[in-house]
Amino acid sequence: MSEAREGDKIPVTVLTGYLGAGKTTLLNRILSEPHGKRYAVVVNEFGEIGIDNELVVGADEEVFEMNNGCICCTVRGDLIRIIEGLMRRKGKFDAIIVETTGLADPAPVAQTFFVDEDVQKVARLDAVVTVADARWLAHRLRDAPEAKNQIAFADVIVINKIDLVSPAELREVEARIRAINPYATLHRAQNCDVALADVLERRAFDLDRILDIEPDFLVAEDHDHDHDHGHAHEHHGLKHYHDEDMQSVSIRLDGDVDPAKFMPWINRVTQEQGPNILRCKGIVAMKNDPKRFVFQGVHMMLDGDSQRAWRADEKRESKVVFIGRNLEEEAIRAGFLACAA
Amino acid sequence: MTDGQATTSLAQHVRAFDAGGEAVAAAFLGDQPALALADGVVRLGEPDDAKRIAVHPGAAILVTVCDGATLATGGDDGRVVAVGADGVARQIADEKGRWIDALALRGESVAWSAGKAVMARDEAGVVRTWAAPSSVRGLAFQPKGYRLAATHYNGATLWFPKVEGAPQTLEWKGAHLDATFSPDGRFLVTSMQENALHGWRLVDSRNMRMTGYPGKTRSLAWSHDGNWLATSGAEASVVWPFKDKDGPMGKAPRECGVREARVTRVAFHPRALVLAIGYADGMVLLCRLADAAEILVRRPGGGPVGALCWDARGARLLFGLESGEAGLLDLPG
Repeated sequence: MSEAREGDKIPVTVLTGYLGAGKTTLLNRILSEPHGKRYAVVVNEFGEIGIDNELVVGADEEVFEMNNGCICCTVRGDLIRIIEGLMRRKGKFDAIIVETTGLADPAPVAQTFFVDEDVQKVARLDAVVTVADARWLAHRLRDAPEAKNQIAFADVIVINKIDLVSPAELREVEARIRAINPYATLHRAQNCDVALADVLERRAFDLDRILDIEPDFLVAEDHDHDHDHGHAHEHHGLKHYHDEDMQSVSIRLDGDVDPAKFMPWINRVTQEQGPNILRCKGIVAMKNDPKRFVFQGVHMMLDGDSQRAWRADEKRESKVVFIGRNLEEEAIRAGFLACAA
Repeated sequence: MTDGQATTSLAQHVRAFDAGGEAVAAAFLGDQPALALADGVVRLGEPDDAKRIAVHPGAAILVTVCDGATLATGGDDGRVVAVGADGVARQIADEKGRWIDALALRGESVAWSAGKAVMARDEAGVVRTWAAPSSVRGLAFQPKGYRLAATHYNGATLWFPKVEGAPQTLEWKGAHLDATFSPDGRFLVTSMQENALHGWRLVDSRNMRMTGYPGKTRSLAWSHDGNWLATSGAEASVVWPFKDKDGPMGKAPRECGVREARVTRVAFHPRALVLAIGYADGMVLLCRLADAAEILVRRPGGGPVGALCWDARGARLLFGLESGEAGLLDLPG
């Protein structure tokens, strides 16, 4: 397969969500809107898609361990095969949507795009979109580790079925989500009625788009006018929860870091704690480097590059974020701060 | 050698033509060149006079196999189709839309897989099925006997379709892709997800690891005498020695056609130790194994070579690029 330029690569949206949350509803919505785009859809069960779409491919969710000494390095073997096959229809579709089963871990899907060279040449992961059931998510976060993984991993979370909960319950579930993943963009929906632009073409894994990693505490104001009118200030007074096993760690360092310290440190942290780290990202000011260094990772896999130059009006500071399970927060914090130049 | 500067060139003996689509496999059906295209079409015949046969209308060709008389294709329409020298496409199987992931052909026998399901049709037309432990990516018939190798996750399985009882499993951790038997049937070699080849000596299931590739090896070719296995996936064709009873174990492979471009396709000459090599940058070279002497067939340009094949006599070499550019070399004299 020939090497495509980044912009020519086929974007792949991964659609996750626990059983019954409304993934198929969102998928059917995406396919039925008059957007003029052609999607290749990878599904686990045929027959659920109500739309005639000629490119629907059945997947087997075969998770393969890679023989590279990395215990958490798993990929979706079937997805590698499917993307290779889909490229035989190059030019006949604009994007790929991968729907996972309700119990799936999104990591092997995401890692497929880091690990497999042939996949990497032709396709790029656009975003992990998780559909959450407003009424049941809080329960699932207690009893289903898969549901927690899907929330922790997400770039975009669609809180669906908000018509079935009270405003107070909705704020409660949002706070639960934020306790696990403060960085995903949240959208409230009934019947997954989100704008397609909110879930597609997000470029969440694009290093050039890691512009800001401030926590997104403000819920996107798309569907909540009726619900929360007059109570908007409560968004800012969000209840804070602490999830027992899934956390995010965010560390800011004023000024520059020493690349000779930082690079070994970030590699060591992701190697040693990789199985527990679901996602990480950062914007780093390297000593003597006029450009911002940005990175992001999934478990042990890291992708980093020099990005645009720091602007004159911009404060040179470094910030890293980790989302994961049972993270050794104090050690990570101390380790990063010790990288100061 | 520097790119395009070969002292010896056969480029003037190449008839360049437009295949009309991305070439995914080259073959000769009798004397007729044939190119399988990604868009479900097979072009059959001389460059200026090639028939256009829609073997998978509106669909894509995913896998192909050719034995010199028949070109079989498997599509994302779930169909397996065979094209003969007469240009007629005959349907062998219809798996109801399930993608055909692998194909094998030997004589009158044909085998195909869709996901975990492996189907083998014998010379009498009887189809038998076997369920693999995970999706099958490669199939190959053993040179003698009605026995099929199927690759899957964590190994390969040898299956006698006509024999009751459990097939023999050859285990090796990781995902196995393409499969090929050595011509004498002593070895089974698979390409792997991890940029490596794996082999088994069948007499004792001894493992052979062939590693060091920067990319996946998706093209494998045996020399006519069965002593060498040429491979793609590196910036040279890595050629493994299989003459001795231990195969390549403990021996260094040869390298043919070292360049700064990845080898995408290899094809051994059917009568001489000369290897045709297609590269990711569109170059095609012939390389003599004995002294690594190179002869230019096509200069770089136009993108990866996706298809490469000799005719049975070794007088003609057919190649096709992903771009749809193609060429037919007639060896002089």
